[in-house]
Amino acid sequence: MFNLDGQVIPFQEGDTIMDAAMRAGVYIPHLCHDPEFTPHGSCKLCTVKVNGRNCSACTFPAAANQTVFNNSEELNEIRLTLTQMLFVEGNHFCPSCEKSGNCQLQGVGYELGMLDTHFPLFYPQRQMDASHPDILLDRDRCILCSLCVRASRDVDGKNVFAISGRGIHSELVVNAESGLLEDTDLSADDRAAHICPVGAIIVKRHGFEAPIGERLFDHQTVGEWSLDQFDTGEQAWQRD
Amino acid sequence: MATRLKVATTSLAGCFGCHMSFLDIDERILQLAEIADFDRSPLTDIKHCSESVDIGLIEGGLCNAENVHTLREFRKSCRILVAVGACAINGGLPAMRNHIKLEDCLNEAYLDGYNTLNPQIPNDVELPLLLNKVHPIHEVVKVDYFLPGCPPSADTFWKFLTDLASGNEPSLPYDLIHYD
Amino acid sequence: MGTDTMHVEIIRNTLARHRAEPTRLLQILRDVQDHFHQIPSFAMPVIAEETGVPIAQVRGVTEFYSFLSTAKQGRFHLLVSDSISDHLLGSRDIAAYLSQKLGVAIGQTRPDERVSVDYTSCTGLCDQGPAGLVNGHWIPHLTHARIDRIADLIERDIALSEWPEELFLVDDNIHKHGLLLNSELPLGAALRKGLQQGADATLAAIEKSGLRGRGGAGFPTAGKWRFCRQEAGEHIVVCNADEGEPGTFKDRVLLNQYAHGVFEGMTICAATIGANKGFLYLRGEYRHLRPQLEAILNTRREQQLLGADIVGQAGFDFDIEIHLGAGAYICGEESALIESLEGKRGVPRNRPPYPVTSGYLGKPTVVNNVETFLAAALITLHGGEWFAVHGTGKSCGTKILSICGDCANPGIYEYPFGVTIREILQDCGAENTQGIQVGGPSGTFIGANEFNRTLAFEDLATGGSFIVFDQTRNVLEIARNFTHFFAHESCGFCTPCRVGTSLLRNLLDKICDGHGTAGDMLELSRLATQIKHASHCGLGQTASNPVLSTLERFPEIYQAHLKTTTFEPGFNLDKALETSRRLTGRDDAQAHLETEGM
Repeated sequence: MFNLDGQVIPFQEGDTIMDAAMRAGVYIPHLCHDPEFTPHGSCKLCTVKVNGRNCSACTFPAAANQTVFNNSEELNEIRLTLTQMLFVEGNHFCPSCEKSGNCQLQGVGYELGMLDTHFPLFYPQRQMDASHPDILLDRDRCILCSLCVRASRDVDGKNVFAISGRGIHSELVVNAESGLLEDTDLSADDRAAHICPVGAIIVKRHGFEAPIGERLFDHQTVGEWSLDQFDTGEQAWQRD
Repeated sequence: MATRLKVATTSLAGCFGCHMSFLDIDERILQLAEIADFDRSPLTDIKHCSESVDIGLIEGGLCNAENVHTLREFRKSCRILVAVGACAINGGLPAMRNHIKLEDCLNEAYLDGYNTLNPQIPNDVELPLLLNKVHPIHEVVKVDYFLPGCPPSADTFWKFLTDLASGNEPSLPYDLIHYD
Repeated sequence: MGTDTMHVEIIRNTLARHRAEPTRLLQILRDVQDHFHQIPSFAMPVIAEETGVPIAQVRGVTEFYSFLSTAKQGRFHLLVSDSISDHLLGSRDIAAYLSQKLGVAIGQTRPDERVSVDYTSCTGLCDQGPAGLVNGHWIPHLTHARIDRIADLIERDIALSEWPEELFLVDDNIHKHGLLLNSELPLGAALRKGLQQGADATLAAIEKSGLRGRGGAGFPTAGKWRFCRQEAGEHIVVCNADEGEPGTFKDRVLLNQYAHGVFEGMTICAATIGANKGFLYLRGEYRHLRPQLEAILNTRREQQLLGADIVGQAGFDFDIEIHLGAGAYICGEESALIESLEGKRGVPRNRPPYPVTSGYLGKPTVVNNVETFLAAALITLHGGEWFAVHGTGKSCGTKILSICGDCANPGIYEYPFGVTIREILQDCGAENTQGIQVGGPSGTFIGANEFNRTLAFEDLATGGSFIVFDQTRNVLEIARNFTHFFAHESCGFCTPCRVGTSLLRNLLDKICDGHGTAGDMLELSRLATQIKHASHCGLGQTASNPVLSTLERFPEIYQAHLKTTTFEPGFNLDKALETSRRLTGRDDAQAHLETEGM
């Protein structure tokens, strides 16, 4: 058991703070984390204060008698800043994005009450890749969470994606000499084609299927949604 | 009766969609008219702000020199300046030209375009010059509030303005925060 | 076609030399870069095919390290250090002169592909700058006269091996010998003693000595070795010689003069924790040292101090391999260093698990600093007490400092911990000192009212960097140089560091260039604090230190730069109309904008 914002949370051997919190129905904001994959700890949105020290909830092991703060003003301010950083780093024009309404970056922004991007925008030049017949890679929207890297490597066994570059020049690259998605073995059935939390990797011909008002985060928060996902995910795992 | 609020609005590099959405408050505009006067605005066709405006609503980002002049006039005259909609907040769709060099944009439009007669980049002094890039307004003046959305819904405008008018710190509930 | 086949053959031979091992990917890429002056696009599929590393990852590794380039570099590739100590000595003018003399812009390759010039992070020659690298080899003391000679050699296309040796001469500049630098270490003596007394006794001696890691973090060495030793399976010893902290160069000198002691310390560690394999991770900037280090390793193999059955002890097999870095400060962080050793991008890992339980290829690994291994060897020979009697209670022994900047005698100084800053300043001949950067950019900037403070883990900790600034220096420009450095060196893994360091750099630039307001200063402090509190590793957590420590100590210097307006635009509005003015030929009043804010 550990203490999370005053609530007693049980945990199992090998649990991270995120695992235990989600099982207990407590949402800790996150973008690069998906319970299905090896934790990454890069978006830092899940920063929590453990015994006075900031840690990523998705990678930090739960331990007995920890005192953890999650929903505090200080941490939510950091999370808001991080979300704003992700928005200004790329080119996120929500009105023209097929993922709008179903996008977790947006969802986190809504959840945190983000009204503006605050920082000067970078407006980076990034390469769009529409070469694949079924899948679009729009790097303008990539937040470098590496979920596609992990999904392709760990589930699809294909290694279609990797992160290249360094620092602010980091970018998502694909596994082909040409650098184009059409020359990889990515298929629309792959887990990697569906895992993107934002609109960077989308399956073509499925845009705007749900009308405004009926999309994922129109009425349900990303927090409620991800706890639902976790429950369903765990049930599926238990059936195996 | 309390002093009446003075409200000014304008569109910079925007599509007037935010103004249209504002008008979607429908009959509530009568309630608004009871407490507020419209100053400079495309709704009144008043061309310049009077000296002390309470609330300035700005739609659109900055794509040319005239936008900058207008924005500065608003900032000077308005006690509270509000960035309204995606374009004012992050440049929005007009900022999608930021990927292309300005020179290439102008060449494509006026010199190399298909069927261009007498190719020439317009240089009349009446025409505002384009900035290299489209910018959100908070990069040039201090902005007090932001209303996200493309456009923000009529309810968003209504909630924000009624909060302000009643002297409360404006706050938007979950359903009224949208970036699209 | 013929050339292509030949080129592919060269790459295949390179791969064969490295047995096409994925863990040697960075070493393979370094060799390819040396041969082709770039990583040519045709190389990547060949490397991917033979190593089994996906081509996207080969590209990912290539584009991570500064010394690898997909664009063609010149046959003579010149890098000028952009470190603050070189700045103070005029490196910017030197680079401009070099660029003009050779007719190539900084960051470019000359069309004839003979020469390219660029800036690089600290080269570790801070005591003899402005310094640079030519094809990875040090060139200290860059002056106009020396540049004239270099340019002449390049224009006459004289091979680097034929260049006069004096151009490459680097001094050790040891000005103050202490406990470690004075000690004689007869070849193998410490190792023999260690083996004789056994692992428990060696650990006890190191524990008693109070030795803590010399890289700056100060983790107790005996504890680290003990934790690692407890773990099952194959163990690994790694010497971190990636001293990238600007202003640090003590490892350069230790590896030049005391390498036997360092390797002996590694071997003692191997005997203690039960390791068969060791690595020296040598920063790319120190490649000049590699041949002599390889020669020393060979001597030690001949002397049975490395290899099988070391000093006749049956079953004690241990050898050391040198891996060369390729220009990435982050690889000084131990888990990033391990990633790099595995041939990957140098991205710090999540901890736990710590390297002592899961390090190189998941094996329990001890990573220690160069100086730590040297100290461990000497402690094994002389006993824990010999070391522990020096220093303070909490910080035992001595610390080797690299001193540079505004002082008469930059170089290496060894002090017992607890020495005051004032004493150090006197020794190195520093006058009219305004402040000191202790511990490099990631450390602390202290002002003149703090010179009574002491060098110790409990007061001012340092991995060795000690940069002196006199009264003529602009504190803001120092913070700016460091802030640019961190933005350049951020690995890009976590959001706050990847994006935040660039935002911080841009905001500080705005203030330094005279466009900041009081609001910008508040924002600077807020942003810096958030980067510090949210970042994944030490780089991000310390990247704000230059800003935060100067803001705290010299707010008036910042304030003097601020405008009285309440808000200033984030960019130059009038300049943003320049293209339009040029294209329309207009220059009327309406074609300009007031740049000031309101």
